[in-house]
Amino acid sequence: MRDEIREIVLDYVIREYMEDQDEEITYDTALISGGFIDSFSMVSLKVFLETKYGIKLPDEAATPEAFDNVESITDLVIEFLNKK
Amino acid sequence: MHHIGSYDERVKDFSWSISEQELGYKPGDNINIGWYCTDRICQMGKAEKIALKWEGIGGKEKEFTYNEIRILSNTIADFLTKLGIVAEDRVCLFLDRIPELYIGFVGIVKTGAIAQPLFSAFGDESLIVRLENAETKAIITQKKHVGKVRKIIDKLPHLKHIIIVDDNAKSPLQEREIAFEMENTPKVEHFECYPTKAESPSVLHYTSGTTGMPKGVKHVHYSLISQYLTAKWVLDLHDDDIYWCTADPGWVTGTSYGIISPWAMGVTQCVNDIGFSAEAWYKFIEKHRITVWYSAPTAIRSLMKAGEEVVKKFDLSCLRHLASVGEPLNAEAVIWSDKVFGLKFHDSYWQTETGSIMISNYPGMLIKAGSMGKPFPGITGAVVDPETYEQIHETGKIGLIAFRPGWPAMMRTYWNNEATYQTKFKNGWYIPGDRAYIDPEGYFWFVGRDDDIINTGGHLVSPFEVESALLEHPAVAESAVVSKPDFVNMEVVKAFVCLKPGFDATPELNLEIMNFIRKKLSPLAMPQDIEYIPSLPKTRSGKIMRRMLKAQEWGEEIGDTSTLEDD
Repeated sequence: MRDEIREIVLDYVIREYMEDQDEEITYDTALISGGFIDSFSMVSLKVFLETKYGIKLPDEAATPEAFDNVESITDLVIEFLNKK
Repeated sequence: MHHIGSYDERVKDFSWSISEQELGYKPGDNINIGWYCTDRICQMGKAEKIALKWEGIGGKEKEFTYNEIRILSNTIADFLTKLGIVAEDRVCLFLDRIPELYIGFVGIVKTGAIAQPLFSAFGDESLIVRLENAETKAIITQKKHVGKVRKIIDKLPHLKHIIIVDDNAKSPLQEREIAFEMENTPKVEHFECYPTKAESPSVLHYTSGTTGMPKGVKHVHYSLISQYLTAKWVLDLHDDDIYWCTADPGWVTGTSYGIISPWAMGVTQCVNDIGFSAEAWYKFIEKHRITVWYSAPTAIRSLMKAGEEVVKKFDLSCLRHLASVGEPLNAEAVIWSDKVFGLKFHDSYWQTETGSIMISNYPGMLIKAGSMGKPFPGITGAVVDPETYEQIHETGKIGLIAFRPGWPAMMRTYWNNEATYQTKFKNGWYIPGDRAYIDPEGYFWFVGRDDDIINTGGHLVSPFEVESALLEHPAVAESAVVSKPDFVNMEVVKAFVCLKPGFDATPELNLEIMNFIRKKLSPLAMPQDIEYIPSLPKTRSGKIMRRMLKAQEWGEEIGDTSTLEDD
């Protein structure tokens, strides 16, 4: 399950936020602190995860740190899927 | 010792000639911001002083001395001149916070052309209305953003040159595109700055309006006189300071106080082009030993949210003066900064149109947490009655903020829109569109905007622009866009949407609409909340009553509904 979520998140990030960019991103690339996704756009990424996985990510959990790379986002999704 | 000394004494003896004399400018002389930011500083013996310390994504770092930014800006100016750019042509900077943005700005104004910086996160729709209105002749951009320009190029006959600063020759350049690598182009040691005068145009910044499309705010080279002195007295910049202005030059703070004033003062400034995280920012301050930090309430509240523990990991004892701008700084943020940094953030108030700081808290002056402070010496500030525009002398009574026109950095007009410019003046006052009251000690206290403009994270977003873009989405029949409260950004965009028949309000549609606006306009303009409603409240004449929807979001009284359309 983890691998699948990771792939889906990475694919979405590349498709939605990396348009026209040459930089290659990996599971560990710093998305927020690395300047690829700003704090406003992070909200749309949060909505994507909630919609895709039928979860609700509270503001306390959806922090810039938790969204900073695909690995940490995957951890967050799994944590809230387990709480369902 | 603070530069300003006693605020009250400065108010008594004030004249803008103080700034003119310090800059060695006499009325009638040539005045070119580009020359003041580089050549003059070198002539003052600071050629080898660091002008810019830059950090970018992936740990990239660069440093430039004043002599290097002088030569590199000459090189850019020479390149533009050879392309055919002449005085008063509009040259857009559509770049991330990379060195080419800062040095390119100086290069443009050296040619006498007008620099038109635009926020690089803008989508193609935001870009086209601003380039079309300005009839921009050239745009300086980078590979990652050129795709947005290519989408709209056919609609921009005036745009003759697309200059790409980081072309790697991997894919062929297209029509009107030209590669220019600042650091790999033969250096131009000498460039004769265009002999601009006080009233020669220098910068065109676009700002959002409530009902119309964005307005191009025209500034002139004489704005330097205000920008220099306000940086000196409000930001208290000294020769040995290491300064960090966190604003992006796509917005006015990033040019007035992120390029022009620090460099005209010969100060070393730092820029980072990485995303926000509390750790990264504190590390940046510690590493560069930043002494003066000019930031924004949104950033400060984000740091508050990250907590105090993270602050303790860093040695921030280098900091000596903190200032803030963009939106009102709440009292809690001032108290918090005093607790964790041992320094209070000094709030300041101004806007794109004013070009320089108008009201502020000054070093050495008592800070009333949550207050905007007092008008800059030489600025006559007041609150006036919203109907008669007569000055309100009664303390504590809310009115519109007003300034007597005539300071050097005041905008000279809205580009191609003199009629709207004239509406900003009432009864001899310039009216910025914000409400406030003045307390018995003369401190101003911000109350709110007098229109529907949304201030999100210190950036103004026009509800009209978002509503217009929403209409282009196939599912949207009509919409109303208002602000809703947000702890970090003060306000965020909320859209009330009526769907066309055949469309259902689903989470997938929500996301689709959000991404549609994010790409078309910008991430700032993206609604963070969408509510689907069957119909919008309107007046009998058909005007959408945003006021009612906004009141609902803010938990306020809805007010007079007598003009509301009957169902």
